[in-house]
Amino acid sequence: MIDVRNISKTFYVPHEVKALVDVTTEIAAGEVVVVIGPSGSGKSTFLRCLNHLEVADAGGHILIDGIDILDRKTNINKVRAEVGMVFQSFNLFPHKTVLENITLAQQVVRKRPKEEAHSKAMSLLEKVGISDKADAYPDNLSGGQQQRVAIARALAMDPKIMLFDEPTSALDPEMIGEVLDVMKTLAREGMTMVVVTHEMGFAREVADRVIFMDDGAIVEVGTPEHFFTNPDHDRTKLFLSQIL
Amino acid sequence: MKNTSNTRRSMPPWKYNLWVGVFFAILFSVVMLIYIATIRIEYTWSWYKVPSTFLSREVIEISAEVEGRVTQLERKNDQAVITIKNETESKSYTVPAEDIRVNEGDLIYYGDTLATYRKWRAGIMVQGLWITLKSSIFAIILGIIIGIIGGIARISDNPALKWSAITYVELIRGSPLLVQIFIWYFVLGTMINQLLESYGLKEIPSLWYGVASLACFTGAYVTEIVRAGIQSIHRGQTEAARSLGMSYGQCMRYVILPQAMRRILPPLAGQFISLIKDSSLLGIIAVRDLLKASREVVTTQLNPFEMFFTAAALYLVITFSLSMFVQYLERKTATT
Repeated sequence: MIDVRNISKTFYVPHEVKALVDVTTEIAAGEVVVVIGPSGSGKSTFLRCLNHLEVADAGGHILIDGIDILDRKTNINKVRAEVGMVFQSFNLFPHKTVLENITLAQQVVRKRPKEEAHSKAMSLLEKVGISDKADAYPDNLSGGQQQRVAIARALAMDPKIMLFDEPTSALDPEMIGEVLDVMKTLAREGMTMVVVTHEMGFAREVADRVIFMDDGAIVEVGTPEHFFTNPDHDRTKLFLSQIL
Repeated sequence: MKNTSNTRRSMPPWKYNLWVGVFFAILFSVVMLIYIATIRIEYTWSWYKVPSTFLSREVIEISAEVEGRVTQLERKNDQAVITIKNETESKSYTVPAEDIRVNEGDLIYYGDTLATYRKWRAGIMVQGLWITLKSSIFAIILGIIIGIIGGIARISDNPALKWSAITYVELIRGSPLLVQIFIWYFVLGTMINQLLESYGLKEIPSLWYGVASLACFTGAYVTEIVRAGIQSIHRGQTEAARSLGMSYGQCMRYVILPQAMRRILPPLAGQFISLIKDSSLLGIIAVRDLLKASREVVTTQLNPFEMFFTAAALYLVITFSLSMFVQYLERKTATT
């Protein structure tokens, strides 16, 4: 489903910073991959490269469902419609109601008629458990509710892949559970997911694979069991000892 | 909108009222000083002449176009039919019956007044007001269009667009409006009108060069306001919209601009209020706007004090209405 070959990413801010160094990995359809690592390790940059929010350096390839998004001829908007993304800071549209947040892209990008977009939005709000907030504005919702709306907004496009960029990091502790529950349901339903998170419990419980990154490179890849009980690398051991 | 009278005062009521009194005393003294000064210089106030510059009753005379005798004078309600006959021809006039100047049997010569009537007529000040409103409205609409395009170009990655926008903004902001009006009218206007003439087309009246100069001038400021508005919207909004598959244009139209508009409304209102006031400069290229009309009245009626106060009051009415309208819009869009 996702095939990443030799991608690097250099920022010039203003001095050269290598955020990703020759990363290669593959993610199969239906797989849930959790990416962890210390801050500045390039895990968010890696995720953002997957839907072209960051443009990886020339030379590598990122194939999403067989389409190379680093190819200039690719219509990136078409690919993005198939790849949902959930942000750390939710990024809901504050001038639109919850319902409009979810119907906007359906109507504008998928060209669905209003009624269809509407019923799709309502069923997704039901699924994430906040159908009673359909007509509220995002500012009147709690962080957990906003993040669930953001997930519903991404799901409304019927994506093949969902990317989560630290979806619970900006939440109050008591709201983390409700968001993780929605994500677990999604994982069980067979969604292909790439999740950057610090929630080790989630990784252990839901992930098919864990990718550990440091200094812009993939250090270790393995099943959660292998990763949390018996990691190979010293760097991984050090990281785990610091956070667990 | 918060009610300002609810704010807690730091002084006791008697003191507060005292200072309110001082305010009105100052206001009254200033007006009185001006008044006394005008009396000292023996200025004769003639406010009574002002209304006629807005609306006047014009007397229209109906004159005879034949010679002969009035053979018939028939009144019907407020109309009358006057028939004049001579040896060879006969002619009837239907006139309003309010002021008939002839009787049956009168001998009429060519050009004699048969009757007169009065008609309401919009005065020069009303025409001037209309020109001021018309030029301001057109300039505002054009200014918004230029500003949105310019603002988007200004933040573009494309150097051709970005540098064009920067050059435009810096050129316009760096030179006086008066000079720009002259350039539009005397340089561009001359060129365009002569070109049009050489193709046998009609010249463009000076009003439209005035509108163009105002629009161009405001457009530069609106460009900067729009740019600031767009840049004040968090980058996450663009990323969220684009990650859903929206194109740059869709993202701008549905997500960024609606949010930016709300934020730029107050500075935009200030800009347009300036524009309305600046439209008073158009008089120098022979556009008869409110101020030009006032000046023309002054040259005939010799009452500059009254006319300029009147003009100032009318500008105030227009700008105040606009700022009220914008406040209403702000309240309406602040529903989140």
